Amino acid sequence: MDFLRPASWEEALAAKAEHPTAVPIAGGTDVMVEINFDHRRPEHLMDLNRIGELSEWQVGPETVRLGASVPYSAVMEHLRAELPGLALASHTVASPQIRNRGGVGGNLGTASPAGDAHPALLAAGAEVEAASVRGTRMIPIDDFYTGVKRNALAPDELIRAVHIRKADGPQQYSKVGTRNAMVIAVCAFGLALHPETRTVRTGIGSAAPTPVRAKAAEEFLNAALEEGGFWESGKIITPSVAKQFAQLAAGACNPIDDVRGTAAYRRHAVGIMARRTLGWTWEQYRGAGRTLEGAA
Amino acid sequence: MRVNFTVNGRKQEADDVWEGESLLYVLRERMGLPGSKNACEQGECGSCTVRLDGVPVCSCLVAAGQAEGREIVTVEGLADYARHRDDSHPGAGCAAGTCGTSLDQAQRWQARPTDGQSADVAELSPIQQAFIDAGAVQCGFCTPGLLVAADELLETQPSPSDQDIREALSGNLCRCTGYEKILDAVRLAAARQEEAVR
Amino acid sequence: MTLHPRAASVPAGTPTKITQGSETRGGIGESTLRPDGTLKVTGEFAYSSDMWHEDMLWGHTLRSTVAHAEIRSIDIGEAVATPGVYAVLTYDDLPAEMKNYGLEIQDTPVLAHGKVRHHGEPVALVAADHPETARRAAARIRIDYAELPVITDEASATAPDAVLVHEGRTDHHIGHVAHPNIVHRQPIVRGDADAAAERADVIVTGDYVFGMQDQAFLGPESGLAVPSEDGGVELYVATQWLHSDLRQIAPVLGLPEDKVRMTLSGVGGAFGGREDLSMQIHACLLALRTGKPVKMVYNRFESFFGHVHRHPAKLHYEHGATKDGKLTHMKCRIVLDGGAYASASPAVVGNASSLAVGPYVVEDVDIEAIALYSNNPPCGAMRGFGAVQACFAYEAQMDKLAAALDMDPVELRQLNAMEQGTLLPTGQRVDSPAPVAELLRRVKARPLPPEQQWLSADADGSSVDVRALPGGLSNTTHGEGVVRGVGYAVGLKNVGFSEGFDDYSTARVRMEVINGEPVATVHTAMAEVGQGGVTVHAQIARTELGVNQVTIHPADTQVGSAGSTSASRQTYVTGGAVKNSCEAVREQVLEIGRRRFGTYHPAWATAELLLEGGKVVTDGGEVLASLADVLEDEAVDVELEWRHRPTEAFDLRTGQGNGHVQYSFAAHRAVVEVDTELGLVKVIELACAQDVGKALNPLSVVGQIQGGTTQGLGVAVMEEIIVDPKTAKVRNPSFTDYLIPTILDTPAIPVDVLELADDHAPYGLRGVGEAPTLSSTPAVLAAIRNATGLELNRTPVRPEHITGT
Repeated sequence: MDFLRPASWEEALAAKAEHPTAVPIAGGTDVMVEINFDHRRPEHLMDLNRIGELSEWQVGPETVRLGASVPYSAVMEHLRAELPGLALASHTVASPQIRNRGGVGGNLGTASPAGDAHPALLAAGAEVEAASVRGTRMIPIDDFYTGVKRNALAPDELIRAVHIRKADGPQQYSKVGTRNAMVIAVCAFGLALHPETRTVRTGIGSAAPTPVRAKAAEEFLNAALEEGGFWESGKIITPSVAKQFAQLAAGACNPIDDVRGTAAYRRHAVGIMARRTLGWTWEQYRGAGRTLEGAA
Repeated sequence: MRVNFTVNGRKQEADDVWEGESLLYVLRERMGLPGSKNACEQGECGSCTVRLDGVPVCSCLVAAGQAEGREIVTVEGLADYARHRDDSHPGAGCAAGTCGTSLDQAQRWQARPTDGQSADVAELSPIQQAFIDAGAVQCGFCTPGLLVAADELLETQPSPSDQDIREALSGNLCRCTGYEKILDAVRLAAARQEEAVR
Repeated sequence: MTLHPRAASVPAGTPTKITQGSETRGGIGESTLRPDGTLKVTGEFAYSSDMWHEDMLWGHTLRSTVAHAEIRSIDIGEAVATPGVYAVLTYDDLPAEMKNYGLEIQDTPVLAHGKVRHHGEPVALVAADHPETARRAAARIRIDYAELPVITDEASATAPDAVLVHEGRTDHHIGHVAHPNIVHRQPIVRGDADAAAERADVIVTGDYVFGMQDQAFLGPESGLAVPSEDGGVELYVATQWLHSDLRQIAPVLGLPEDKVRMTLSGVGGAFGGREDLSMQIHACLLALRTGKPVKMVYNRFESFFGHVHRHPAKLHYEHGATKDGKLTHMKCRIVLDGGAYASASPAVVGNASSLAVGPYVVEDVDIEAIALYSNNPPCGAMRGFGAVQACFAYEAQMDKLAAALDMDPVELRQLNAMEQGTLLPTGQRVDSPAPVAELLRRVKARPLPPEQQWLSADADGSSVDVRALPGGLSNTTHGEGVVRGVGYAVGLKNVGFSEGFDDYSTARVRMEVINGEPVATVHTAMAEVGQGGVTVHAQIARTELGVNQVTIHPADTQVGSAGSTSASRQTYVTGGAVKNSCEAVREQVLEIGRRRFGTYHPAWATAELLLEGGKVVTDGGEVLASLADVLEDEAVDVELEWRHRPTEAFDLRTGQGNGHVQYSFAAHRAVVEVDTELGLVKVIELACAQDVGKALNPLSVVGQIQGGTTQGLGVAVMEEIIVDPKTAKVRNPSFTDYLIPTILDTPAIPVDVLELADDHAPYGLRGVGEAPTLSSTPAVLAAIRNATGLELNRTPVRPEHITGT
């Protein structure tokens, strides 16, 4: 095994071009587990910690450009207003120690369906800034996840940043685990209201081979809100609309039975979370919502 | 490969490090600092928690090479770190080989005669003393990681609520105590800290 | 701030007479500090995985990837040729005639011989200069397995054409079991359950399932073996019972026991999981073969295969009662899955059957418990040991019965509660206090915790603190679907080794004057696994010998056996041995005093003399001499064995016999909040009341109760080793998927300690460690049932059970 220590982004890209099988390591919270448990013996480990810009973020007019290695704890602390869904999701990641090291870049690189950031990114709307010596491209988040633990990156590409749309309305995130902290998602759900475009977006985690959006549920709700004039009136969403939305969200799942939960439970729980997060975001949108102490 | 870093205020160098080794392994097996514990090696228990440039992290998930040039504080240096909390340069803590337990030392180890009334070594940080006093130590395997995490909590949040304590320590598993006495210990250290400030 | 929340209760019993202690600080009854506390908080305490030796090698175990298979061939050629590798060992390299080990039945191969019987069975060993070298070499060992059908439950174990897990059994249980795939069977029959059932106005039955729990001690199996010049070996290891290890290790190494010198290293928790051997023999074999020190450290993955687990169980129960709530009869059948090797299965069967009735008076019973041999992971000792599984079922039954009778569940329990003098189903009379009804009364009388604590006290009162809700930080509910439930349970656990086992301990106590001050040294082989035995030993020495300074000698095999740190027995048995040896030391010290000073004061001959505050005093308080003057350069050194009252085996047909020496009782009230839509549970409070006879160290006692309670909570809502029923392979051997409670899952655990002395026990004490693990689980289950109205007959409860998905 070789340990590569690029001192700059350019060096990292060059190293990745030379060794396409090199495994990038930043927070180490996925890679080191695989090494410690002898599940993986890459020929090259490439440390990205030396590249300071990866731990920085810029808040622009439309988006936040979040460096791939910005730790979850920083998202929770500094980006609650701009990225409330991702901040909530970050708070559900493992433990404080892990949140101090792990970042969204690693979640995207691993592309596990159980990664906590994915539903929030899907719901907010995001693009992944992937780079190689060949150049930089922006991959829409909807096209990023290509299979179980597979993503759209080319072998010579590295994730530099993710560009996430700043919140223009309330966002929520829920995750079911069988423990009250430090738990991998049995399933998760993210919801973002986008009042500017009068749309809602969703993200589902751990209930399909990849993170997915509940598109039929979104379309149904977009239409229902529009037809009922809810965006203007801010009136309470009728239970039948919420129920239908929840059912469609559950229907977007394609889950499996595994040690963490059954497929049937995952489908059921996604429906419950969809209904609840809709209720919470809509309450917030109506301006009478509860705040969430300790939740981000 | 060779790795250089600072541990408990002292510069250290490790040679012939296998690239897949974790910082935890290097501390325990190469630096003679086995205080950080190897309970799960998958970031799920917090027993290996150290400060990496001041930030609490699981040292089992830091590749040894990633520690190059960084400052690390382990439980062995915690008392010293707490004493120098406001200094920019923590004092020299334990050097390689002086804080670990060699076989020779372990063979000769015996509990010093004690009267059961007080810890006989004064060189403890407030959180370490509180863990002893509150009965938060049983088997003690989770203790080093909890101490590093709890010390950092009290550094950033001098008067945490119970829920704050629970959240801050939610990455540290303990199998013996049921956590009640760990909560007691953190409350006690916070109260003593407050009294000292007054 | 209350530092040491002591029990609120006033001792209602009569503690055994304490002869000394009033003037000596740090004696029994005080919350003295741990002698190892400072070392543990500074990171200097040497756990077994911290051992290090110059020039040491790393040992590694290659384990089977299948559960049941014939081994056609093993090719170690490539592994041996790997640079940095010093030895590769298989079954063929075992040096002695004896190639198996086992606690009771020597059925466990040190390395697999021609066959593997469970997933993760050790097949080969490697010693190399770095753990990675050893791992890579192990990966190059080629094993050709021919898989066999797997035995995974009672039906497959006892099918007419079932493959035998162990062929040619010769152990002493084979004669009384119906099938060679049954390890042991213990019926207990008393009265006539069928006839009594005729008198019942209400009969309830239930089938219950208890999942496989792991001890999940945090310090992984590890140790260091150092070859010695005389051809023997020194072994530093974390274990629960040094001498039991030694008895199993030496024969396999082909060494006499005195050439295997064992020292206890720091133990990172045990809970039963270190009663069986793990890496002990393997490290010694590699050290003896290579002539170098060998360190072995399991990682968490391997640890799940490195020790036995709690027996999963299927239990069928039938209870009857008259309409006024008096139990008429109980019938039950308990099937424990022992897995591939016997381990402690026979004793677990003995406990499960003899304690199957719980702490209730039932005169007509028909009980049967069996343990299976299967190809599932081997199961053995874990905190609560057979009594845990039974308690889960009989407490569910009591609630069911109360519902059928329309009675309060606590009242029903109190109405049928055993007490001192009760005759157990084994025919044994309970001859010490059994305050079952009182314990229940105490937990019930506590005020309930406030409702809706997730609503923070903000100005508008509307903030939600998700940390106080089911789901916690995962933000699944802000109160929606949350229903509170309250449940009660009480349990019965035996203390000490039962069924005629010669349960003794040995203590060596020395008293001498160092720097003008009398110092006592206590040397036992007791495994300090975190429970605080070392603290208590020092307290006993202070109380008995009137000294302030006590040294606890490291535990090793240079002193006689202390027995196991299990069965809630160490404070009773090794504590008793320390007390006994101290008393002998005291007599010798007084004898020296009489020899030296007897002529100066008549009280030396006439008065009752005590040792207090470093002096010899009369019972009237007159100081006769300081211990320093009495002893001068002389040291008094005594090593004695001490044993509790003998017990008897249970009759193999009727289960009758005075099998137990002492009982331990705890009651819990659980308050839970359940998100009924998502099936997530938050335990809000888990109050416990327990009788401990006498709290030698109240702080440690409360710590034991809170820790045991939390392990019971774990198996109620999250902890389970999941074994694939088709392949018998473990599916979740990691802390990612085997979850134990975090501090956010653990509620407030108020503890109410009773001290009703058992006059047969040292100081009147009662074993503490296990009882809270029994009643915690069924109390949480009862509370979840109370919140949801669901039957919930298995533990752990998973969200899909609550949501019906």
